[in-house]
Amino acid sequence: MNFPFLTIITFTPLAAGLLILLFPAERKDEVRVTALAAAVIATALSLFVYFTYNSAAGGYQFIEKYDWVPQFGISYHVGVDGMSLPLVLLTSVVMLTGVLISWGLDDRPREFFAFLFILATGVFGVFVALDLFHLFFFYEIAVFPMYLLIAIWGWAKTREYAAMKLTLYLFIGSVVSLVGALAMYYTSGLNTFDMLRLAEANFSPEFQRLWFPFVFFGFAILGGIFPFHNWSPDGHVAAPTAVSMFHAGVLMKLGAFAALRVGIMLLPEGARFHMPWIVLLTLVNVVYGSFIAMVQKDLKYMIGFSSVSHMGLVAMAFTTLNREGYVGAGLQMFSHGVMTALFFACVGMIYDRAHTRMMPELGGISKKMPWVAVAFIIGGFTSMGMPGLSGFVAELPIFLGVWKAKAVDVSGYPQWLSWLANMAQQPWYFPAIALISAIAIVVTAAYVLRAVQKVFFGEISPEHDHHVGDVTVLDKTALSILVGLMILIGLYPTIMAPLIETGVMPILKLLKVA
Amino acid sequence: MTFEPFTSATLLAVLPEILLVALAALVMGLDLLWPESRKRTLGLVAAAGLGLIWVLAVIFSRPSAENALIFGGMLRDDWASFVFRLLFIFSGMIVALISLDSPGVSGKGEYYAILISAVFGMNFMASAADLIMLYLAIETTSIALYLLAGYLRDDDKSSESGLKYFLFGAFTSTVMLYGFSLLYGFTGKTNLYELSAALGNVPPLVVVVSALLVLVGFGFKVAAVPFHFWTPDVYEGAPTPITAFISVASKAAGFAVLIRVMLAVFPEAESYWVPLVIVISMVTMTLGNTLALAQKNIKRLLAYSSIAQAGYALVGLAAISTAGIAATIFYLVMYTLTNLAAFAVVILVSRVTKSDEIADYAGLSRRSPSLALAFLVAFLSLGGMPPLAGFFGKFFVFAAVVQQGVAQNNSWLIWLAVVGVLNAIIGLYYYLVVLKVVYLYRSERESEKIPVPRAYAAALWVCVAGIILLGTWASPWIGTATSAAGNLF
Repeated sequence: MNFPFLTIITFTPLAAGLLILLFPAERKDEVRVTALAAAVIATALSLFVYFTYNSAAGGYQFIEKYDWVPQFGISYHVGVDGMSLPLVLLTSVVMLTGVLISWGLDDRPREFFAFLFILATGVFGVFVALDLFHLFFFYEIAVFPMYLLIAIWGWAKTREYAAMKLTLYLFIGSVVSLVGALAMYYTSGLNTFDMLRLAEANFSPEFQRLWFPFVFFGFAILGGIFPFHNWSPDGHVAAPTAVSMFHAGVLMKLGAFAALRVGIMLLPEGARFHMPWIVLLTLVNVVYGSFIAMVQKDLKYMIGFSSVSHMGLVAMAFTTLNREGYVGAGLQMFSHGVMTALFFACVGMIYDRAHTRMMPELGGISKKMPWVAVAFIIGGFTSMGMPGLSGFVAELPIFLGVWKAKAVDVSGYPQWLSWLANMAQQPWYFPAIALISAIAIVVTAAYVLRAVQKVFFGEISPEHDHHVGDVTVLDKTALSILVGLMILIGLYPTIMAPLIETGVMPILKLLKVA
Repeated sequence: MTFEPFTSATLLAVLPEILLVALAALVMGLDLLWPESRKRTLGLVAAAGLGLIWVLAVIFSRPSAENALIFGGMLRDDWASFVFRLLFIFSGMIVALISLDSPGVSGKGEYYAILISAVFGMNFMASAADLIMLYLAIETTSIALYLLAGYLRDDDKSSESGLKYFLFGAFTSTVMLYGFSLLYGFTGKTNLYELSAALGNVPPLVVVVSALLVLVGFGFKVAAVPFHFWTPDVYEGAPTPITAFISVASKAAGFAVLIRVMLAVFPEAESYWVPLVIVISMVTMTLGNTLALAQKNIKRLLAYSSIAQAGYALVGLAAISTAGIAATIFYLVMYTLTNLAAFAVVILVSRVTKSDEIADYAGLSRRSPSLALAFLVAFLSLGGMPPLAGFFGKFFVFAAVVQQGVAQNNSWLIWLAVVGVLNAIIGLYYYLVVLKVVYLYRSERESEKIPVPRAYAAALWVCVAGIILLGTWASPWIGTATSAAGNLF
């Protein structure tokens, strides 16, 4: 019996959350220290697992399996591969930095950290799940606390609306996927929810084609896929800073990851069949998201739509069905998670001190908050895909992948979609999509630079000059961790890319393209 | 059909019921002997007694393997009845605890005695194997509940509640009795397990009509649409602990007889009543949830929510499979724990605010964070969120019905699951709206704490622990439910 690293990583936040609830409400410092300790433990263990994972061997490692509800073939079954391991690390990093920048939160911090940590347990649980039921169980745990976190501690103007919208969207999505999962369970006849065995269930192509959209879109809603992305910017904006970081940084990856694990890996024939048209939706995500970000005045909405655009790239990478695309998707999930957490942290710090997020009202903030300015600018460069930062490392393979992608299986399209099937088979189809989505890079550069210019440079308003101060040491620590990660991956991608590749190979084998 | 001869083991099978009668007598006696100042303790005596009976039942009254018909075929000693009886005694205990400081019922000996006799009646409802026994058990339970619902004599709403409950109950039980008389008249039998064979020679029309008439009576008990009209008014007016009791134990007892009678007596008429159950289940869920959306009073909201919950529990019955019945039993157990927790909080809050309006729950999370948390757990469990019992409850019923739908290629069953899942979303919405008031809204009376007496804290701990236990480690419980369900076929 090996040491149960993944179980401990998963349940450390939950244990800390429950412990925190036992403190008296007024012992706020003890609450914060406990939260920090839990985050540090989870991060340390994630780092340990990350660096002891045997890339040469590949596959699922650190596996633990116990019967849970044997009557239904449900087991507690966890393990990590090259795809999920970076995301586990990402979650713990965002958790750590989220605790650091929430240190000053004064309204019921006990409940705040408890709910945040329950959410973190849900997220870890999904990333390490190898059992379909297990995955759903933790998926719901991850989705629900979001409601309370946004509704209670969010931005007073829109929080009730945004929290309810988000919860209902995501709940509907998960229920739709659950129906698909039950269909898989009963059709396989294996009486098991074990994803490793369901992957070998040999579902008929008709079955896979029918159910793939349910499962894929049910989860991809959380990944922000067009036209179901609407909840996401509202949710980002209404959420308090640490929750925005979690939300955009980690939760959206949860959706993309589950769509990959359950949708693509269990129903590969369905993926081969449907991806040639889904790519068009992701194209809308990428381009439309960036244009909408361009016209925002509210800094947080801008980043929210930028997330829609960048997560669109992840979904687009999934549609390529080739090695470059999937490695890029894995890198982009990590890179975007760190980058967007950094953005929301910066915006939160600015809002806390300047009490506005409207770009026209801001200006000259760099004089007052130099650390934030530097961090935001580096984040901006990452977002634009500047070489030397993680965004470049992630987006380049995605574009390469899209360029060389081919529609592998469109023969079964119905009559009225035959034009689409024809078009998808043309040699120019995917290159054209790559070219069009490259527009987004230009637009991204435009809105990021504009935001940097408006917010950090130029004249500072007399009012802000008077009362805006610098951020705390803890804030600076959090920013440094996030910036450091982006630079590290940017300069030394070998630390992550080969690992992700070990996770990609089995997926390609399932897709029959390797 | 052979009936077991009378032995001491037969007596052990009804040990809980014997003890219940003794306990009721004890409480009445102490009520006479004790001075007014000590009478609050009567509730503790009742609760402790019920707890003790529960333990003794688990030790001594476990049914033998052969599903014996005892007392001349009046009762059936099987796991299904055993599980339900434990559930009733448990809810009786929790209700006795949460009645301790509830205004109007606290310290009333006869209140607890009637409560115990209601539990007694329900126990026989769950084990009755004979039409006569069944009717007597139902009436014993119902009359006790009519009294309890109208117990607050100075309160118009409570009197209205008792009277309304009585009129509806009397009417539906008459209809049910007519169904019983048809069964007896055409077969000459009263034993449930002899009727099914005897019905083979009876015109199908008679079988179907009597099945429908019987369904009316049971539908009233479980508050399924269209026999649900009494629910909101009775729930609102009755003393809150009794509302809790009616919403869980009485509903579960209704399901116990519903499942047993339909499976034992009418297996041949399945093709008639199963579609009906499917439709009733769909309508019950949808109507309950939709009407709950508009409620401003927490007891009325929980009333409509309980109608919807009955709809989910019916989903398992519609599957007519061991897995489906097991899912229904599991659902009822989880629902009992959950609703009792919710009502315990309602009682504590209304003691301070003197109100059951949802708006008065504003600021609860600041007035009493632990109470708010218990409320959160209960409502999320009702909404079907993991890691709470409600998630597994819903998962099991929907899984069972989908399984049966796939196996029989019956698209109605699949649609039932789809309607159920959509309803879960509506349900989640209004549960969240209440939680929003609890956690988000401010109130002027935030500094006023809400005291939680120890008995209530104990009841809440037991329920919340149970909700989390069922929601994380469901396997042994669904296993027990499966063996109970297996006895019924």
